[in-house]
Amino acid sequence: MINGKKLNVSISPHLRSSVTTRSIMLDVIIALCPALIASGVIFGLRALILTAVSVAACVIFEYAFRKFSHRSNTIGDLSAVVTGILIAFNCPSSIPFWMVIVGDAFAIIIAKQCFGGIGQNFVNPAIAGRIFMLLSFKQMTQWTQPGAGFMNLAGVQAITGATPLAASAEELPSLWEMFIGMRGGCLGETCIAALLIGFIYLLIKKVISPVIPCFYIGTVAVIMLIYGKGDLTFTAYQLLSGGLVLGAVFMATDYTTSPISRKGKIIYAIGCGLLTSLIRLFGSLPEGVSYSIILMNIFTPLIERFTTPKPFGTPKKEKKQKEAEA
Amino acid sequence: MAEKKSLGKEFSKGLISENPVLRLVLGTCPTLAVSVSVTNAIGMGIAATIVLICSNVVISALRKVIPSKIRIPAYIVVIASFVTIVQMLVKAFVPALNDALGVYLPLIVVNCIILGRAEAFAGKNPVAASFFDGLGMGIGFTFALIVMATVREIIGSGTFLEGIDSLTALFGVTSFTGFTLFENPIGVIVMAPGGFLVFGLVMALANKIAEGRGKPKAELKGCDACPMASACGAACVGGSCESSEKEEQAV
Repeated sequence: MINGKKLNVSISPHLRSSVTTRSIMLDVIIALCPALIASGVIFGLRALILTAVSVAACVIFEYAFRKFSHRSNTIGDLSAVVTGILIAFNCPSSIPFWMVIVGDAFAIIIAKQCFGGIGQNFVNPAIAGRIFMLLSFKQMTQWTQPGAGFMNLAGVQAITGATPLAASAEELPSLWEMFIGMRGGCLGETCIAALLIGFIYLLIKKVISPVIPCFYIGTVAVIMLIYGKGDLTFTAYQLLSGGLVLGAVFMATDYTTSPISRKGKIIYAIGCGLLTSLIRLFGSLPEGVSYSIILMNIFTPLIERFTTPKPFGTPKKEKKQKEAEA
Repeated sequence: MAEKKSLGKEFSKGLISENPVLRLVLGTCPTLAVSVSVTNAIGMGIAATIVLICSNVVISALRKVIPSKIRIPAYIVVIASFVTIVQMLVKAFVPALNDALGVYLPLIVVNCIILGRAEAFAGKNPVAASFFDGLGMGIGFTFALIVMATVREIIGSGTFLEGIDSLTALFGVTSFTGFTLFENPIGVIVMAPGGFLVFGLVMALANKIAEGRGKPKAELKGCDACPMASACGAACVGGSCESSEKEEQAV
């Protein structure tokens, strides 16, 4: 406030960035929009209603719990909206509404607010909600195939099939179909093209750095190439299927639960990629993106401890001397 | 009169104010493992209470005979004897419960509530007080188990009192086999993560209630109540040990 008439004697900072939590979350919501539209096209109107229900539930739970615990209200920062969209994106479109609301309640109340709200949660609330639902409801793995018709509101699992990760070779959709999302799966994870548009938007707005998504997907690609003995088609299917792109772009990059330094981000992303590949190839589950991200979320404080950047100008020797003295 | 009042106090402290599970944070392992169904919780609670009362009484009666250097092995022998008796009785009369509780029934031997009460209370107090302490703590343990099991069974399995006929069969009633409330339960609640989750929430509630009554959050009143008191190196500061020691005993 230098342009004020009086001499300003407030303590620093005097110049503030216009970036706020709200603006960042708004950018994330905008980036999620292409995938939301795609899910409407692929899975029908019910996908959009499901997302709306999930968002409403998240915001209401956040408002109610903040009120209940006598704390300032934080629904204005839109983080609950992002959580709501991501949870809906992690569900098949046929899932009953109350199950999504239970997942929302777990994500917002237990995983987020019980640990102090935004910025304090130790795991990504959306991932926590997804895993809670995955462990509880078998409906979470009953995928609706696309093409059931836009007005198919009943949520009847008329056409269900395995996710491509568990399907045999003959049932696999083509790579192009995989890319544009004409396959069974969760709402938001199928249309890779829409997710990439969102990714590019986030990069242009500098909301996220490309380090985590690139190293995450890169690690999976390298491991799949080695495992498939150089089979490019197999690798491409692995990269396009499941929730890998959704997880790498929108969930692994959560500020609170990913490391701050570049080195830390690289370690974190490689860890995610490694765990995802191991779960997919050798685990008993077809998909491991959510588990690998939540595990690396928990590792984040440890990674940050070992990758704290040195202040500029600090000589290298000093640290060793200090250690020797201690 | 004074004697009578203190006995009542020894009994009632275990129920809420020093509830072994929710306030002293003892016996966590069987609590998490067994509280998946109310039937198991009742069975486990009764078995542990019987062992606790018997071992408290015997250890209290022998407290001047047992040399302090070998008191832990001596306590364990007493406790293990009673656990063996209880286990044989359960196997004979309620085999279904024995199957449901599995390894946690013989593991009552190393249940820290029982050893903790032996060490902290029965080893230093007369027989009658030890009896009421054991009774109160046992009922407190059972109460905490039933609260947790009710939440977990209803939410996690969609049933209530499922399999209760294995207990009521003792009295010749087998017609009632529990309610089935709804389908599609939230399965994670009966898994291990749900156990920790419900345990944390119930403990938070217990703390809230205790706070509302003007009592401090889960903590021990002086070194006498601490099961680690005799092994604890920390100085006794104003009736409570140093915070680091306090956290350790909570494990």
